[in-house]
Parts: sequence; C-alpha cells; structure tokens
Amino acid sequence: MPAEPLVTLSGVHKSFGAFKALSDITLSVAPGEKVVVCGPSGSGKSTMIRCINGLEPYQQGKITVAGRYLTEEEEVGRAVRQEVGMVFQSFNLFPHLTILENCILAPQWVQGKSRDEAVETARRYLKRVDILEQADKYPIQLSGGQQQRVAIARALCMAPRLMLFDEPTSALDPEMVKEVLDVMTDLAREGMTMICVTHEMGFAQAVADRVIFMDRGRIVEQAPPRAFFTAPQSARAQEFLAQLLH
Amino acid sequence: MMRYLLADPARLRRIGLGFGFVILVAVLTLVNQKPWTPEALSGLNPWVLRLGTALVLALLVMANIRALGLLPRAAQVWGVWIELFLLLMAFFWSFDLSFSFIARKIGFLITQGVAMTLYISALSILIATVIALVGAVAKMSKNGVIYGLASFYTSLFRGLPLLMQIYIIYLGLPQVGYVIGAVPAGVLALSLCYGAYMTEIFRAGIESIPRGQSEGATALGLAPAQSMVLVILPQAMRIIIPPTGNQFIAMLKDSSLVSVVGVWELMYLARTQGQTEFRHIEMLITASMIYWLLSIGLEYAQSRIEARFGRSNAR
Repeated sequence: MPAEPLVTLSGVHKSFGAFKALSDITLSVAPGEKVVVCGPSGSGKSTMIRCINGLEPYQQGKITVAGRYLTEEEEVGRAVRQEVGMVFQSFNLFPHLTILENCILAPQWVQGKSRDEAVETARRYLKRVDILEQADKYPIQLSGGQQQRVAIARALCMAPRLMLFDEPTSALDPEMVKEVLDVMTDLAREGMTMICVTHEMGFAQAVADRVIFMDRGRIVEQAPPRAFFTAPQSARAQEFLAQLLH
Repeated sequence: MMRYLLADPARLRRIGLGFGFVILVAVLTLVNQKPWTPEALSGLNPWVLRLGTALVLALLVMANIRALGLLPRAAQVWGVWIELFLLLMAFFWSFDLSFSFIARKIGFLITQGVAMTLYISALSILIATVIALVGAVAKMSKNGVIYGLASFYTSLFRGLPLLMQIYIIYLGLPQVGYVIGAVPAGVLALSLCYGAYMTEIFRAGIESIPRGQSEGATALGLAPAQSMVLVILPQAMRIIIPPTGNQFIAMLKDSSLVSVVGVWELMYLARTQGQTEFRHIEMLITASMIYWLLSIGLEYAQSRIEARFGRSNAR
C-alpha cells in the first residue's frame, strides 16, 4: 500500500474576479516525491503552489497538507505553513536583518526555540548551502545566487516536511542558476518532498519523479520526466517544449 | 527666446546674475524707507538716496556671495549660517530690548514654560504615535467597520483647525458631563490631531514595503502581528521617520495653541509675562529663540535616528 500522500488537491477552483486562475485541479504528492510544475506564464503554476501553503485562498474543492484540511482560517493556515517551506522567485529575504538573523527569526518566534538553539540550527543549514562565512552580512551585500541559497536555508531552519519552490532561478543571472540548482538537487537526494515551479528542464530530468504541465489553470498532462520530454501527449505541451528548445 | 537662453549656459548665467541684481536693488529701494542721509546730501530727492543706498547694499551682498564662493563647502555653510544669524540678531537689536528684563524672566520661562511645553509635546507625541500605528493598521483593514472608524477619524481630525479642536474638547466635553482640565484637553487635542496626520504617514510607510516581505514572513509561519512588528515596521521606519520628525517639530510649536485655554506653557508665559512692564517684544523674541533651539534639538535627534535605521542599506 502506498504511503499516505503528504499533499492532496481535489477539485480545486480559484478565480481572481472573472479570471479563472485554477480549474478543477486534482493532484496528490507522496512523501519524498519530487514534482516539477511547468507551463506557459499565466497558466496557474505559481497560484497552485501558493494555494498549497495558504498564501492564496481557493474557492472550491479541498486541499490537505500533512493530513490537515487547509481552510481559510488563520490558525489552520499557520499550522500548515509550519510544515511547508517556501522559496520565492524574488528571495524575499528581510533586508533589515543579517543573514543569520533572517534564519533564526521564525524558529525563535514561531517555534519558540531559544536563541542559541536557533543559531545552532541556522549555522548548520547555512553551512550546508555553503554560505556560513557570510552569516553576519546583510542580504544586499550578497549576490542573487547567494541570497537564494540563504532563502532555502531559512526555509529549512523550520524543519519543513515539504518544500515549495516558485521559480527559484528565474530572477538570477545565468551564472548563478547552477549554484542554486545544485543546492536543490542535494536537497532532493536527501529525500525532501518538493514541488518546484521551474523551467529548468535539466533539473527536472535529473531530479523529478513527475512533471506536471499546466495551461490556463488546468493540469493538462502529468508524466515521468523522460516520457514528458521525449513524447509529450498533448498538443499544448508539444508546442511549449518546442518553444523552450529554441 | 527659450532657445536664446538655453543655448549658451554662460550667457544664461550672466543674464541670471544681472536679473538677480536688478531685483535685489529694486527690493532694497522699496523697502528701505529711511535711507542713510549724510548732511551734504540732505537736499537730494529721497528716491535718489534710496536707490543709491540700495545699489551699495546690493553690491555688498554680491561681493559677499562671491567671497563665500571661494570657500570649501563646509565653510560656506557655516559662513551663511553665521552671517544670517548676525543679521537676525541685528534685527532684534534694533528693537532696543531690555536685556535686564529678559534676564529677570528667562528663568521662569524655562522652568515653567519650557517644562510645560516639553511635557505636553512629549506626551502628545507618544500618544499620537500609538494612535497612528493603530490607525494605520485599521486603515489597511479588510473589515469595513474598522476601516470606516479609521477613515472617519482621520477625516474629522485632519479637517478641523487644531485651535478649534482644543476649544471643542475643552469646552465641549464638560457639556456631556466630563469636566476636563486644560492640560489634558490640550494633550488630547494635540494627540488626536497629530495622530490623524501620522496615521497617513504610517500607512504610506507600511504600504511602501513590497508585498514579498509580508508573504515571506507569512510563509515562515509568522502571525500577522509578528510579521508587522518584526518584519514590516522596522523597514517602514526608514520611510516613516523623516515626515514623522517633521510632525514632531511642528507639534512642538503647535503646542503653543494650547495657551488659549490658559495652560502655562512657553507661549502663554511669553504673552503674559511682558504685560505688566509693557515689554511684550522681549518675551516674544526670547520665547521664539527657545522654540528654535528646541526644534534644532529635535532635528538633531531625527538625523541620528535616520542614520540608525539606514544601517542595513549601507554596503
């Protein structure tokens, strides 16, 4: 019997006014699974993963995370977000805090850890993303790639069971993409459950268990990466992949 | 015409200087109603004397500006400050002030007047800041009732003259059965009025922080209040402090309006202490200088705080 899924979406609809952002999304992600979500811009990829940690409310259907039914209630959302780490396209580090302070803020205030304990955890993860030497600098003093690695470490400090990545390399200069993808690949190898919105097809091929292709708020196709990249079924996915190759 | 002026920067500069000189002479001619008249020239048309004096003065001013231009920048700033300060002092000197009277009264102006002014201002600033914080959060609320309360408050208290608010609170509250002292009435009016202005400053400051910051905090599991206090406000401070400093300085001087309900603060004493010996101007000038000194103190404090909150932006 397969393990209880960590995330389930069933029949999820969301609209911004008249615009239908998500239509009838049904998806389940098992613990340890790595899912890459791709699709043209405006297809609802970001909206979908933002719904999974309650940053966006949804109007119909049901989302569960770690067995908890995600409602619009503040308390429920906060409980879910403690299980879910999120990495944004624009890093969203806190510019008024040093790298280390960025990493210990939530463990101290949300998990109630002591400062020493939080610092110890933070130093461990900062070392893991290879940025410990910069711990006392401010975010603005770091390159984009370094900032994004800090953002990953900051999310890991909360010991999440699931990591969401929302186009983590899209805002980076090309030469910094690799250092971030390497960190993500390591994380995947260690068995973290991950849902990544990304157009890095090399990363998808190497790491993903499953690729999900979205278009106009719907999941059009799901397949293992090899199958998806070599023989996409839907015309829309074929078109999309053809454009990526150019 | 525009083309003629803009095509040649040196020409533009010459024309500008010449134009400035003519204006200066014209103003000095009109303003100086009693030109210096040596015996030998007393028969001349007074307008000729006025024009002559104005020309001499204007040339002196131009020469002075030229001379200052030769100094390094910091010295220029000091030079201008010292010169203007001396001119101001000369202006006060021309009133033939009684310094012995000032010396006799200044102790009381400070121990009673300044103390009361500072007490009222500091207390009002404190309360206004709390009001502004609450007001700003309320103004960003999705809840219509809360937004309605906050917007009515800011509209009303920004819409009435402060003097009116002081009267209404001091004279009006007893009408509904609550007798209020002059000092609490003054503090209440100042807090409510400045709280309303500062609500808008705080709201603008908070809204200027990118959405990603609160999303980042939320995604880490922080509650809204934690995210506001730990993440948003410390960043918003940089934007909030300069206009808030302005408000503090303005409030220090607007606290003088409280004198109308008989509070013994600086303005009230300045108006009343000179009465018995008919020395109004001494007291008014002394009080003015004290207000200025206090404002300079606040400006200094503001620049220190700004430097502190600008820290994380330094490379």
